[in-house]
Amino acid sequence: MTNGRLRWRKFVSNFMLAMTGVCAFVSVLVLFFILGYLLFNGGTSINWDFFTKLPKPVGETGGGMSNAIVGSGKILLLASLIGVPIGFLGGIYLAEFSGKGMASVVRYAADLLNGVPSIVIGIFAYSLVVLPFKHFSAYAGAFALGMMMIPITLRSTEEFLKSVPRMLREGAMALGASKWKTIATVIVPAAYRGIMTAILLALARVAGETAPLLFTAFGNRFESHGWSQPTATLPVMIYTYAVSPYDDWHRQAWAAGLVLLGLVLIINILARTILSRGIAVPRS
Amino acid sequence: MATTTTAMKSAGPVSGSRSFLAKLRNGDEIARLVTLIFATTVVLITAGLVWELWVNSALPRQKFGFSFFVTSVWDPIMDQFGALPFIYGTMVTSAVALVIAVPLGIGAAIFLAELAPPRVSDILQFFIDLLAAVPSVIYGLLGVFIVVPLMRTVIYPALNKPFGYLPIFKGPSYGVGFMTAGIVLAIMVIPYIISVSREVLLSVPRDQREAALALGSTRWESTWKVVVPFAKTGIMGSIFLALARALGETMAVTMVIGNTPKIAASLFAPGYSIAAVIANEFTEATGDLYLQSLIALGLVLFLLTFILNGLARLLIVVTTQKGSEVGG
Repeated sequence: MTNGRLRWRKFVSNFMLAMTGVCAFVSVLVLFFILGYLLFNGGTSINWDFFTKLPKPVGETGGGMSNAIVGSGKILLLASLIGVPIGFLGGIYLAEFSGKGMASVVRYAADLLNGVPSIVIGIFAYSLVVLPFKHFSAYAGAFALGMMMIPITLRSTEEFLKSVPRMLREGAMALGASKWKTIATVIVPAAYRGIMTAILLALARVAGETAPLLFTAFGNRFESHGWSQPTATLPVMIYTYAVSPYDDWHRQAWAAGLVLLGLVLIINILARTILSRGIAVPRS
Repeated sequence: MATTTTAMKSAGPVSGSRSFLAKLRNGDEIARLVTLIFATTVVLITAGLVWELWVNSALPRQKFGFSFFVTSVWDPIMDQFGALPFIYGTMVTSAVALVIAVPLGIGAAIFLAELAPPRVSDILQFFIDLLAAVPSVIYGLLGVFIVVPLMRTVIYPALNKPFGYLPIFKGPSYGVGFMTAGIVLAIMVIPYIISVSREVLLSVPRDQREAALALGSTRWESTWKVVVPFAKTGIMGSIFLALARALGETMAVTMVIGNTPKIAASLFAPGYSIAAVIANEFTEATGDLYLQSLIALGLVLFLLTFILNGLARLLIVVTTQKGSEVGG
């Protein structure tokens, strides 16, 4: 009787533990499934034209997304120029200069901003940048994506600066360096790999964002000159092409999906493996 | 001895009683002010976001008041706007997503935290992190071309034939609908549940496990009856976090939910969600009331995620602190 009960309990234990393994396996499998499917579908539809040609008019096959690739690049560059300085310098304030009250307000605001759905960020950028200037623009798209980069950069800058060993700080101070000099020449360089990792991850995250660009950068089937015109971006192109009824557009959506996913994953892998190697700094 | 005192004396005035001007000349005060300005910008942006949402949704608030939330008519031509179908769609798709994602995610987290050797666990966690980094429009793309056909040919017949008498599995399927959106959302939020739950489970002190094992429990019993209850609040936190993600997710849902502002009991029916209607109709909204009704929906979405994220953070912090206290 007791023996049978024990056997049952052992069976349940092994069975449930195996099930958790299955759960983990399935979850990871999804990633490889996505990768494989995109590689297959995107690989068969990608060609040189995709990178060099403009979209063809509706009904004609062929053409590419060169404008969207350039557009994405432009918007990401400008978004970094907005998001990184605010996040980085704000993070320095939090880690080095702040008193208790102000810091918790800033932290709370950043966490709040981080949790805002991206579509709502889009509404914000629309009412702040699109409405006053009366047209969709690369500015507005970059503003929206920049907003999304701020909280990630801010919190990780703070964290990595705080994890710099005290000895380094005290050493610089003991040599007579002023506080800002200590920060600029000792603390930030010591933490820069961690901060760079975080910035790259933030960039990879906003690179795939579609929702905030729908009514800020909008889209464009032609080359957009300058910064104040509607601008095509890869994620928005994928969306428009995927929900369209044309087979050739579907083909191009797969190609664009492969390019976008490849870009995002490569940044992620590089940031997580190479750049962040040996970051673990001794605490205390 | 004498040298120490002189050193102390010369160090005293420099760090202690410097005047503001001297600090300024040293650059410290300037650096502090500059960084303060940037830190304040973050607060201003967040406050500005809330302010813009509130101000720009004044019209529907005045015209419809609370009935905005309980009316199911969405008719731009007659200027009648009710949010109910979208709130319903958001709730239903998120619920479906959680029903699928919670068991899978927690199971996988238990495996990563309790069973897998640390190195294997780290490698798998790396893949999970990559999965979380996949852009939502890619999930939408795969949803349109894989899940929608799969829904029509496999999932719908499998559920409709045996359980068709239940209202939630009744009616025809067009491929797109609440269920399809829920499945895609589930795949998207699983990585969040796994990552956070794993962290929380790892923070459970070792003695808790060893005590249970020493009392003769099997490995599963120690995990399920001791470790998981200990980490319960944190796991709840991870679920709230996932829920907040699912509520706010736009692209993947827009592409597979069917975009029909109707309330249907059947999970196979096409529907609409808050984020999807904003994405679809924002650029073509003519008239202030129409546009502001959409912004009001954005405000609803913001408030929902705000509450859920706050709760999630609280729960996760409480659990990890409990772990470090008991673990000493």
